[in-house]
Formats: sequence, structure tokens, C-alpha cells
Amino acid sequence: MSYSTLVNNRIRMSKSTIIFNIIGYSILSVLALLCIFPFIMLLSGSFTAEQSIAQYGYGIIPREFSTNAYDLLFKNPGEIVHAYGVTIFITAAGTFFGLFVTSMTAYVLSRQDFKYRNGFSFFFYFTTLFNGGTLTIYIFFVKYLNLKDSYLALILPLLINVFYLLIMRSFMTSIPSSIIESAKIDGAGEFLIYVRLILPLSKSGLTTIGLFILLGYWNDWYNAMLYISDYKMYPLQYMLYNMLSATEAISRISSSSGIEISNMPAQSLKMAMAVIATGPVLLVYPFVQKYFVKGITIGAVKG
Amino acid sequence: MIAPAVLLTIILSYIPMSGLVLAFKNFRYDLGVFGSPWAGFENFKYFFLSGTGARVTFNTIFYNLINLITSQFLSMLVAIFITEIFGKTYKKICQSLIFLPYFISWVIVGTFIYNIFNYETGTFNSILKFFNMEPINMYSIPSAWVWIIMIFNSWKWVGYNSIIYMAAITNIDAECYEAADIDGANIFQKIRSITFPSIMPTIIVMLLLNVGRILRGDFQMFYQIVGNNGQLYNTTDVIDTFVFRSLLTSSDMGMTAAVSFYQSVLCLVIILAVNGIVKRVNKEYALF
Repeated sequence: MSYSTLVNNRIRMSKSTIIFNIIGYSILSVLALLCIFPFIMLLSGSFTAEQSIAQYGYGIIPREFSTNAYDLLFKNPGEIVHAYGVTIFITAAGTFFGLFVTSMTAYVLSRQDFKYRNGFSFFFYFTTLFNGGTLTIYIFFVKYLNLKDSYLALILPLLINVFYLLIMRSFMTSIPSSIIESAKIDGAGEFLIYVRLILPLSKSGLTTIGLFILLGYWNDWYNAMLYISDYKMYPLQYMLYNMLSATEAISRISSSSGIEISNMPAQSLKMAMAVIATGPVLLVYPFVQKYFVKGITIGAVKG
Repeated sequence: MIAPAVLLTIILSYIPMSGLVLAFKNFRYDLGVFGSPWAGFENFKYFFLSGTGARVTFNTIFYNLINLITSQFLSMLVAIFITEIFGKTYKKICQSLIFLPYFISWVIVGTFIYNIFNYETGTFNSILKFFNMEPINMYSIPSAWVWIIMIFNSWKWVGYNSIIYMAAITNIDAECYEAADIDGANIFQKIRSITFPSIMPTIIVMLLLNVGRILRGDFQMFYQIVGNNGQLYNTTDVIDTFVFRSLLTSSDMGMTAAVSFYQSVLCLVIILAVNGIVKRVNKEYALF
């Protein structure tokens, strides 16, 4: 290659790279803005005076700043604090057991010397293809397991997610089998190998899947809608849902705080409640972000 | 060690499956699932003869297909840009922001959508008013919701899906790119000839996993976005929302089970067929 063609290539290369970067920057910036915009609107809406919303609609910056909605929510914080407690309990218990069962199962399925690994993988995957549907599970839970108004009904349905199981298994397949072999020679039992060797080596996989499971529990309102009828057992998201869809919860707050319904800051109150329900889980993100890309490897059902 | 998961799966998935016999029964709560009298194919009749079956099946497949294409395509695009462009800090910030929608529940997404599109105070109409245009009541235009649902579905999942593709891209051997650089390939050529073929297995697994649920509508999404807006049912009612609604309103357990049965059987048939075809073409790419 002569010097001039090399220089030409250089120039052409950098030109296309510049074009690529311009397109990339524009697309990513627009997307990022679109993603953050509703959150800003939500936050601003929660700090806007009610009449201002009614008159001008929502904006990026509150037209008329007011902490009315938050004052009202925290005037009688009992219900919210309680719902927080329920959500935190469900999320903590569910994430812990979910992660434990998922990682243990994934470890077994990732072992190449386990003869029936493909059969068992399909056994799990099959449930996502063919299942009884909401109704039969509902009847089974309520009539046969007696789980109506039980926290177990909120934990069990989300405990094992086959997609996460597949991700975790692909992740663990990349752990060299020689490590397991040598531990075996040293006389370690299977469970010990799993706890002492596999779990520490799977940190990024566990963190990623852990976050997914955690978000699943934190954001779950559906199972609460199906199984929980006792108001005292409502998790946060279902309380929020009720607040948004019906004015039932609002009127309850109104009666307990002594404010007329017509004077309730309904719109900003909804926004404030949404902020309160979402805030804490967003705080988890910075801590787990660095594990993300490393933690996800997706493979087929067979392995 | 696999026992807890197997046991849980049997209890939570395989035993309730037997409840699908309800599809062929006339359910009576006092007699239980297995004591109720048989009804033959009676339960399937209404669903299909009323035309509802065809409509919700079409809607379910339609939304799954367009959502699959748009969100996977967008995710791939984002993943490629984030891994290839300059500027580490800026990339990080963008990635974090794009991932944000994954964190929130559909309940809150439903609120966003209501804030944007409601007739009286919505942002959309505020903007229209600002430009002196007539406000539009979106909740009476069914066809608009196809777009709204498609956009918000992509919006919610693009961060999550792009991470899966990013992981696949970072696994590509850097030497491939270096060799291409020496040969004078530009960035578009590198993406077409290296990145794309290398993430093909991931693309196919993602496609197959999604095809396996092609008849299952994302209930939470549809329910929170559309809610009980009867006006919009024609374009937004999917199998799952229909089942849920008929359970609430008519408590026709038999028909509900029949629809679930139909959904499961069709899902199974479709994935077996598609997986079979993929297996024929390239054994490596098959899901199972």
C-alpha cells in the first residue's frame, strides 16, 4: 500500500467515523431526553399547586411551587409507611429466596457433567409456553392453598423466572469446570462448592438478576390486586394504583385529615405518591450499574 | 440442589395446569375443579362464534410483532452506538437515562400517559393550545393507541434489551476489529461484517424467546395504558385483557379456562414449529 492510499484511507475512515458519531450522539441524546422527560414532569407536577395544573396543565418547571401534596401525604403518614413496610418485606424476602433458588438451579443446569441438564431446562422452559393461565392459578391459590390475603401469594408467583434462570445458567457455564474439579479433589461437597466458589465468582450475574427480581417485586401490583383484599396488607404500588384509578384512597385520606374532597390537591397528590413509590428503587441503580453488562449472557434452553 | 426449583415449578405451574380441564367443564365452585360436570366444547363456542376470538387473537399477535420488531431494532441500535461512539462519560449518562423507564411500574407509566394525553390538562393538548390549535381527545381515537402503545413499549424496554445486546457486543474479540482497521474498513463496514454476524446468536435467541410468547399480551401494559376505556377495545384489546375483563364481569370460568387453553396450545405449536425450522437451517441456533 502506497503512502497516499494509506492517507486516503485514514481520511475516509475518520470521515465515516465522524458521521457515525454524529448520528450516534443525536439518537442517544434524543432517546435519553425522551426517557427522562416524564420523570421531570412527574417531579414537577408533584410540586405544583393544584389550580396551576388545572389551569395550565403540567410543565417542566412548576409554575406555582407548592409542597401541598407532600404536606398532605405526610400529615398522616401511617398508611404510606405501612405500605412501604409491606413492599420492603415482600421485596427483601422475594429477592433473597428468588436469587437463592435461581442461582442454585442455574448452577446445577450449568454443570456439563449433569446428564439431564437439557431435560430439566426444558422442564422449566415449558412452563412459559404452556401454562394454566391466571384463572387456574388463582383458583389453585385461593381454593386449594388458601393463600387469599397472605403475603405468600405475593412472593410465590414471582419467585422463579425462567428467563433469569437461563441468563444465570449461561453466566455460570462460563466458569471453568477445572475450578469445580479441583475443589472436588480437595474433598468439598456440592453445596459447599456452590456457596464458597460459585456464588463469589458469579457476583455480577447475581447482582444483575438480583436487581431484576427486586424490581419485579417492588413494582408488583397485579398479584396484590388478585389476592389481597385487606387494605392493611396493600403494597406500595397497589396503593398507588388504587389512588390513581379510584378516588377511594383519596377520600380516605380526606376523611382522616379533615379536608373537603373538593379542596384535595388530587392531581399533584397522585404525582407526589408516584414519586414516593418510585424514588427509593432508583437509588439502588448507581450501586449495581457497573455489574450490568458483565452479568448478562443469554443462551438457548439447551446447553 | 435442583429439587427446590423443581418442586416449586411443579406446585406453581404444573399442578395448576391440570385446572385447564375446566375448559371442558361447567365450573361450580362448590363442586371444585374436578367435581364439576363436563361441558364438551361449549366453553369455546362463545369466544369464537362472537368474533371476539379472532379480534383479540389478531390484536395480540399484531402488537407482539410490531413491539418485537421496533423494540429489538431500537435496542440493537442503541447498543451499537453506546459501544462504538466516543466519550465515556456521555455514554454512561445516556445509558443510565435510557435504562430509567425499566425501573418503574406500569402503574406509573399509565400515569405518564394520562398526564400527556388527557383532554383537560395533558401536555400534548397544552402544546397544541400554545400553537393555537384545537385540542384533541386521544381517548376517543382508537387508531392513535396503536402508536402510543408501540412507542411506550419500546420506551420502557429499550434500556433493558440494549444491555443484553451490549453484553453480546463486548464479548466480540477485539482482534477482529483491529484486523479490520488494518485492512482499512470504515466503521459502517465493521458493524456490518463483524458486529452484526457476531451478535446473530443473541438476536435469534431473543427472537425465539419472544415468539414463544407471541400469543401472550403484556397484561400490565395494556391494562394500565388503556384501562377500562371501552371505546378503545377494538384496537387495544388483547387476549389477556379480554380474559381478565370477562372474569371480572361475567365470572364465566369455563370460557376463561377455554381461552387460556387455546392460548397455551397455540403458543406451544408455534414455538415448536419455528424452533423446528430454525433447527433445520442451523442446529446451533435452535432454542431447544
